[in-house]
Amino acid sequence: MMNEMSGAAALMAALEKEKVDYIFGLPGGANLPIYDAYDALVDSKIRHVLVRHEQSAAHMADGYARIKRKAGVCFATSGPGATNLVTGIATAYADSSPIIAVTGQVALPMIGKDAFQETDIIGVTNPVTKYAFQPRVANEIPEMVKKSFYIAESGRPGPVLIDIPKDVQQQVTRMDFPEYIKVRGYNPIVDADLSEINKACEMILKAEKPMIMAGGGVILSGAFSELQTLAELLSIPVVTTFKGKGAFPENHPLALGPIGMHGHAEANKMVQEADCILAIGARFSDRTVGRFDEFGKDINVIHFDVDPAEIGKNKSVNAAVIGDVKSSLRSLIKLIPKNFKTNEEISKLWLGRKRELVNYYEDSIKDYSREITAKKALKKLREILPADGIVTTEVGQCQMWASLHFDVISPGTFFSSTGLGTMGFGFPASIGAKAARNNVPVVDIAGDGSFNMTENSLAVSVLEELPVIVFLLNNQMLGMVAQWQRTFYNRRYSGVHQKNCPDYCKLAESYGAQAYRVGSMAELDKALKGAIKSDVATVIDIPIDPDEDVYPFVAPGTGLKDMIIGA
Amino acid sequence: MQKNKNTIFDDENDDKLYILSVIVENKPGVLFRITNLFRSRNFNIESITVGITEKPDLSRMTITTVSDVKTLEQLVKQLQKLIDVIQINVLNKENAVYRELALIKMNAKDPTTRIEIANFASIYRGNIMDISNETITVEIIGTPDKIDAFKNLVSNYGIIQVARTGVSALPRGAVNDHL
Ligand SMILES: Cc1ncc(C[n+]2csc(CCOP(=O)(O)OP(=O)(O)O)c2C)c(N)n1
Ligand SMILES: [Mg+2]
Repeated sequence: MMNEMSGAAALMAALEKEKVDYIFGLPGGANLPIYDAYDALVDSKIRHVLVRHEQSAAHMADGYARIKRKAGVCFATSGPGATNLVTGIATAYADSSPIIAVTGQVALPMIGKDAFQETDIIGVTNPVTKYAFQPRVANEIPEMVKKSFYIAESGRPGPVLIDIPKDVQQQVTRMDFPEYIKVRGYNPIVDADLSEINKACEMILKAEKPMIMAGGGVILSGAFSELQTLAELLSIPVVTTFKGKGAFPENHPLALGPIGMHGHAEANKMVQEADCILAIGARFSDRTVGRFDEFGKDINVIHFDVDPAEIGKNKSVNAAVIGDVKSSLRSLIKLIPKNFKTNEEISKLWLGRKRELVNYYEDSIKDYSREITAKKALKKLREILPADGIVTTEVGQCQMWASLHFDVISPGTFFSSTGLGTMGFGFPASIGAKAARNNVPVVDIAGDGSFNMTENSLAVSVLEELPVIVFLLNNQMLGMVAQWQRTFYNRRYSGVHQKNCPDYCKLAESYGAQAYRVGSMAELDKALKGAIKSDVATVIDIPIDPDEDVYPFVAPGTGLKDMIIGA
Repeated sequence: MQKNKNTIFDDENDDKLYILSVIVENKPGVLFRITNLFRSRNFNIESITVGITEKPDLSRMTITTVSDVKTLEQLVKQLQKLIDVIQINVLNKENAVYRELALIKMNAKDPTTRIEIANFASIYRGNIMDISNETITVEIIGTPDKIDAFKNLVSNYGIIQVARTGVSALPRGAVNDHL
């Protein structure tokens, strides 16, 4: 197809070809032609969502991508618009989430002249992007857009930046929209080497107490049913990383929940009792394994991952299966002999052990004796929210309580900023998730400090009719930092008091959102039901005690065996 | 498809000199992406050279690093992840031809010194590139060890300036790049 059009129009046309339905962004001098080209679209499926801060645009694109499993798109102008995206891009990079960030840039003749609002955004974002393009002539744009989506979504996904100089946006020329593209230095491995899968299979079948550790890669590749089939076929219990939370239904008898710094106590304990760990789409992060040298020591560790560079990066392994984990799991399942009897005793042993530990920790990790605690509130949320409701979180204690006390039932309905731990991520990301799947309720389990950082997205949630529920665990504190100061700095609190400011109900109402402040479990019940029914954004302000700690806790630099279960 | 067709990883944990011959896209920003990777991932690089290959749209980078096998493996894998990197060959002293060029300027006020240095240079098959009443500049081509040896030899005369190109290398024997 050949056509004469401007670079900006070609960008919009190329995005339409990628079936983009949402763009989150904010205009400025250097991307005016792009906004004008958006305005000129007729009968387009593309909807632009105007944000109040570009960081939130990137988080929205990220949240959209995590639910749609397709790249999310955000726009910003040059200079400050582009730099405001950086936290969002870095967050997406750390969690391997595909986003396409399109930034305006000063005109080509001005580049390098320290022009007004000129920032070398490709240089700034280099360590946190999978790739970046800067077209020099307008007819490069269609191919670059197509390559951007391909690179962002395939292999190990990640953010791609397209930085378009203003004169290139304006240049009118003949455009060619390629149907096929090839990126010669980029060949993500899909199908793993069968001999490695064979080796892995043998190790698992001969292990006495094998365990699966499912990471974010399972969610990224949508390998939910494969994971469940494998676990059930062999009666292997499943722990997850925090990023992998919800890769496996957490109400399943074989589910042990997340391990790590604030993992489930029984999961942290039992993963140390395995004699073979099958890590699927996980990267053995310090937050998950505690100490690299202790984790999985002297046992067989098998690693399935799409990224060859993850093999042996943090942990040396005994077998490595490189490829898309969904395809690798399918091949593995085929290798399991039809007549392979699941070892009843093993599963009894594990399930018995699980029951024993769950009971033990139920008794020893005390909940606070208050009307509302984070734990009780989250159990209530689980009770009321439908299984297919989407949940995301902010960062801090609120996030760790969510990990501990909110069980994900429907795989792939939970996500959080797990790699970068970005406060302010959850709320805009939940709006992106709502855009991706607007027929289910979407909840952001928030802390007051985090919500404060991107609360102006309330305007977006209200005006764009993307209603989400902010489940605000309000301890008037940067609670997680306060907990560390309580634990490691002898209660010397420094810079953690948020006080009673702002009044989140008034704040919500000023944006036209709905607000509840709840003082009892009955009120929380009512508020949640009201929020789920309503089609307006809702903030539920849940006052909790500022001294409430998150336990269990694996202190930084220590191993899972050193888990602390209370003060 | 894996990009490294003939990597040579041996079992040693000791640090060893490796030469990475890396084929990359010949376009702006590629060198930046590669050097930025070294910095952000904490890899130590001895030298790096870049030049165009037999194909005008491709450059060959030669990177030398002294590392253990595990670090080398991560370095290769992280390089491979870069989209502009087309192919990597891990070479070593045995399977590669490799050369470096050095220009060394020395004090040589005394005519006999100039003769002595010229003699040393010819033993090392070097060339005198410039000579004045005060200085003499010698070009030496060879392995980095040979250049180091020459530098040691003439250090007594007072070395004023040194410029080294870093190592360039090609695998020995038949071509196994299929680009
Ligand atoms: C952008 C950013 N700044 C600082 C931090 C460090 N930090 C981690 S948790 C936390 C406190 C979060 O407070 P809040 O959102 O109220 O959650 P709480 O821990 O109280 O539940 C802080 C400041 C961070 N993770 N992100
Ligand atoms: Mg708080």
